Amino acid sequence: MAIQTSINGKAVALSAEPDTPLLWVIREELGLTGTKFGCGIAACGACTVHVDGEPTRSCSVPVSEVAGKSITTIEGLKSADGTLHAVQKAWIAAQVPQCGYCQSGQIMAAVALIEKTGRPSDAQIDAAMTNLCRCGTYPRIRKAIRAATGQAAQAVEGAV
Amino acid sequence: MADTPIAETTAETPIKRKGVKRRAFLIGGVAIVGAGLFGISIADSNAAKDAKARITGEGEHSFATWLKISEDDVITIYSPHTDIGQGANTGLAQMLAEELDAAWEQVRIVSAPAEPSFANVGLGRGFLAEMTGKPAIINGIPQSFLSFIARQMNLQITGGSTALRFTGQVTFQKVGAATRLALMETAAKRLNVPVGELTTQDSRVIHAKSSQSLRYGELAEEAATLSLDNEPKLKDPTQYRLMRQSMQRLDIPAKVDGSAQYGMDFVIPNMRVATIQAAPVRGGKLTSVDTAPAFAIKGVEKVIKLDNAVAVVAKGYWPAISGLRALAPSFSDGGHADVSTASIFQAHDAIIAKGEADGEAGEGDVQAGLGAKPIEAKYQVPFLHHAMMEPFALTAHFKDGKLDIWGGMQDPLATKMMAVEVSGLDADDVTFHPMIIGGSFGRRLPMYMEIVDQVTQLAMQLPYPVKLIWSREEEVAQGAYRPQSSAVLQASLTDKKRIAAYRNDYAQPESAESETVFPYRLPAVSRRHFAHVSNQNTGAWRSVNSTQQGFYNESFMDELAHAAGEDPVIFRRNHLTADSRHLRVLDEAAARSGWGTPLPAGRGRGVALVESFKTIVAQVVEASVGEDGMPKVHKVTTVVDAGSIVNPDAAMAQIEGGTIMGLSAAIGEAITLEKGAVQQSNLSDYPMMTMAQSPLVQDIHFLNSGAPMGGIGEPGVPPAAPALANALFAATGKRIRNLPIMTQAKG
Repeated sequence: MAIQTSINGKAVALSAEPDTPLLWVIREELGLTGTKFGCGIAACGACTVHVDGEPTRSCSVPVSEVAGKSITTIEGLKSADGTLHAVQKAWIAAQVPQCGYCQSGQIMAAVALIEKTGRPSDAQIDAAMTNLCRCGTYPRIRKAIRAATGQAAQAVEGAV
Repeated sequence: MADTPIAETTAETPIKRKGVKRRAFLIGGVAIVGAGLFGISIADSNAAKDAKARITGEGEHSFATWLKISEDDVITIYSPHTDIGQGANTGLAQMLAEELDAAWEQVRIVSAPAEPSFANVGLGRGFLAEMTGKPAIINGIPQSFLSFIARQMNLQITGGSTALRFTGQVTFQKVGAATRLALMETAAKRLNVPVGELTTQDSRVIHAKSSQSLRYGELAEEAATLSLDNEPKLKDPTQYRLMRQSMQRLDIPAKVDGSAQYGMDFVIPNMRVATIQAAPVRGGKLTSVDTAPAFAIKGVEKVIKLDNAVAVVAKGYWPAISGLRALAPSFSDGGHADVSTASIFQAHDAIIAKGEADGEAGEGDVQAGLGAKPIEAKYQVPFLHHAMMEPFALTAHFKDGKLDIWGGMQDPLATKMMAVEVSGLDADDVTFHPMIIGGSFGRRLPMYMEIVDQVTQLAMQLPYPVKLIWSREEEVAQGAYRPQSSAVLQASLTDKKRIAAYRNDYAQPESAESETVFPYRLPAVSRRHFAHVSNQNTGAWRSVNSTQQGFYNESFMDELAHAAGEDPVIFRRNHLTADSRHLRVLDEAAARSGWGTPLPAGRGRGVALVESFKTIVAQVVEASVGEDGMPKVHKVTTVVDAGSIVNPDAAMAQIEGGTIMGLSAAIGEAITLEKGAVQQSNLSDYPMMTMAQSPLVQDIHFLNSGAPMGGIGEPGVPPAAPALANALFAATGKRIRNLPIMTQAKG
C-alpha cells in the first residue's frame, strides 16, 4: 500500500492517501517545511520541488504520481557537508529574500533553470521564473541568477 | 472600517470586539497626554524589572528592557517589531549596536515577548509626535506615563513605516548609548582611571594609556545595577560604522535553505489541522450545515460550527480541506445582498454630488477660485487585496487552564490580548509566541484578523493542539482590503498656466487627511472626505491612503499640465516651493530619467511625486502598450528622500519591491463584489505582477537630505500607479482614470 519514492536521496515509504498532494506529504508526513503552501492550485509556485529534476508545483501533484521517482526539496540542495548550493549563496550575496516565504520555490525553479540552460538569458529567466513574489524581489532574483552563472549583475534592456 | 459581526458561539464568554480603528489610539493618546511635563527615561522601572525576569538567566544581564548582555559577550536585542522581510530588525540592531559600540558578529535580535512590559513606548511617543505635529509636547511627557499608555494600547505594532524612525531613534539608539556609558563607568571604577580616558570598540572598553581593556561581558553584571542616563549623547553620524552601512540582513540565511519557521510551519505533538469557511457575504451568519459528508473523508475528526463559519478538524490539511469542500453550508447574507462594486461606486457618486462632506481641510476660497467652469475628472479605484504569500495559519493549544498561540502577527501583544478577551482567561494564562511572517503589507494587524478569534474558539473546545490554516480561497474572499474609493477632482487655471484653485472630493470609509500630503503650494485648495462604508472589512494596505490619493492627485496634476500646455515636470515645479525637498527630489528624478530626451516610438514617460510617511518619492516610468493591449513597463527611475537611511541596500530593496507592488496593483489587481460577496477565488483571478512583467531596469537613488528620518517600507508604492498612467497617456493619448488598467485594455 505504501508509496515508494526517494526524497533528497533517501528512499522513503509514504503512507498518505494516494490522492494527497505531494506538498502535504512533504510537509506533514516527512516534516520538511521548507516547501511552502501558497495557493493550492499551482498558481504561485511556492511549493516548487524537483521531481526527477523537473521543477514541479507539488500542491497539484497527487503523491501516487511520484511513486518510483526522485524528489528534491529545498532541504536537499545543500551538499552533504552542509555547504550551500551556489544558487543559495548567490541568493544571500544579492540579499534576495524579503519575507522569504516564496524563496524556497524560487530557488528550486532557478536551480532547475540553470541546470537546463547553463547561462540563462533574460528571456529564458522571464519564461522559466513564473513563481510569484509579493514582496517584489524579482530584480534581485534576476541578479542572483545572473551572478550564479557568471553573468554581469545588471540586466541591460534589449540585450539577448 | 466596517462593523464586522463577531462569532459568539461555543465560547462561554460573550465576545466583545473593540471597534478599534487603526489609529484611534492616537487621538485618545493626545487627549490624555497633553498635561505631562517631565523628563524622559528610556524605560520605566517596573517594566524593566518584569522584562529582566522574563529574559535573563544565569550569566545574563538586562539593560532598559530591550537589551541583554551575556558574560560570554553575546548581545541580544529584543525587538517589539515584527520583521516581515522589510529588514526592520536588522536596522534596529544596527542602531542599538552602533551606539553601544558592539561587535556586530555577536549581536542577535529576537522578537520581544508578547507581554505588556515589552510594549513599545518609543513608537507610541514617535507616533504621537507625528500626529500632533508638535514634538515639543511629546518631549515633555513622563516616560512612565507613556509606558502606561503603550501598555494600555497593547502596542507592539509594526506598520506605518515606523520601526526605525520611531522605535529606532526614540528608544534603541538611546538604550545603546546609555548602556555604553554604564559599561564605561563600571570599567573606570575597576581600572581606577577617569571615564574620560576610556574609549569603546567591538564590545570592549579600552584604556589606551595603560593598554588595558575589558570585555562588555565581564562588565555587564555590575553595569546592569547602575541607573542609566535618560538622555545620553548620541554619536555624530561621521562616527558611524554600522549605521548607514549595507549590513547583510540577519534573517536571510534561514530563508534560503528552508529552515526559517513561519507560522504555517509550526508543529507540536498530537496537533490537528483545521480549515474554515466563513460566510461568503461579509456580515452573514452560518444558518445550517449537514456535517455528515465531511466525515466520509478519511482523517476528518470534527466539524465545528461557529457563528458565521464552519471549520473542519482533521489529521492534516488535505483531509481538512477535502472535508470542508464536501460540505454545503448555508449562510445568511446579513442584509448585504444588494452590495456590489457598481453599487458602491454609485453611492460614492451620490454622496459627492450631494456635497455634504464629513471632513474638510485646505486653505483659501476654493469655490470662488474654481469659477463657473472648472476642469473636472472622476477617478475610481477598486478594493485591493494584500495577497501575502503565506496564508493565515495560527496554532493554539489550551491545556491545564493555559492557552498558547503560535504564529506571525504584526502586533503580538495585541494578539495576546484579543485571545484573552475571546477565551475569557486571565492575561497571565495566555501566551502568544511570535514567529516569522510570510508577508503582511498591513494584513496581519490583529484587529482585522478573525483567525485569532477562530483559532481561540477552536482550541478552547478541543482536547489537542490545533493549527488553523486559511485556504487561499478563504484568504482572498475574506480580506481586509484597501478600500474601494472614488474621487472627483476639480481645478481652474490662470492665464499664466498656474492653478488658481484645486478641489479633491473623495469617497471611502475613512478620512485620509491625517496621513496624506499635498505638496503643492496653491492659492486655494480643498480636500473633502465623504464617508461611505460597505459590508467589507477595509484595512491598511501598504502605504494606506497614499496609494489612492497619490493616484488621484498626481494623475490630475498631469491632466492640468496638459490642459495648461505645459510640460508635466515644469508644471509641477511651478507649484512647488523654491529650494524645497520636493523640488530637489523631482528635479533629480527628471535629470536621472532623461526626462525630455527622445524615446523609441510608442513609448511615453510619466512622472509622479508623492510624499508618504515623511518620505518624498519621485518616480519616472517609461512605458508602452503591448500588442495584447497590456501596459509594458520598461524602466522606472526613482528618487527618494527619507532624510537619512540606516541600511542602504535594505532600503533599496524596499523601494524596488514597493514599486513592483504599486505597478502590480495599477495594472491588474482588483477585488470586486457581486451580491455582497467577493468574486475572486484565488491568485488565478487576482493577477499579480510576475518576473516577466516587472520592469527590467529600476534606477533608484537616495538623496539623504538630513531631514528627520522618514519611513521606507511603504513610500515606494504610491507613485507607481500615477507615473505609469501618465506614461501611458504620453504614449497613447488615452487617460487612465480607473484602476486596474487591465480592465480597460481588455474592454
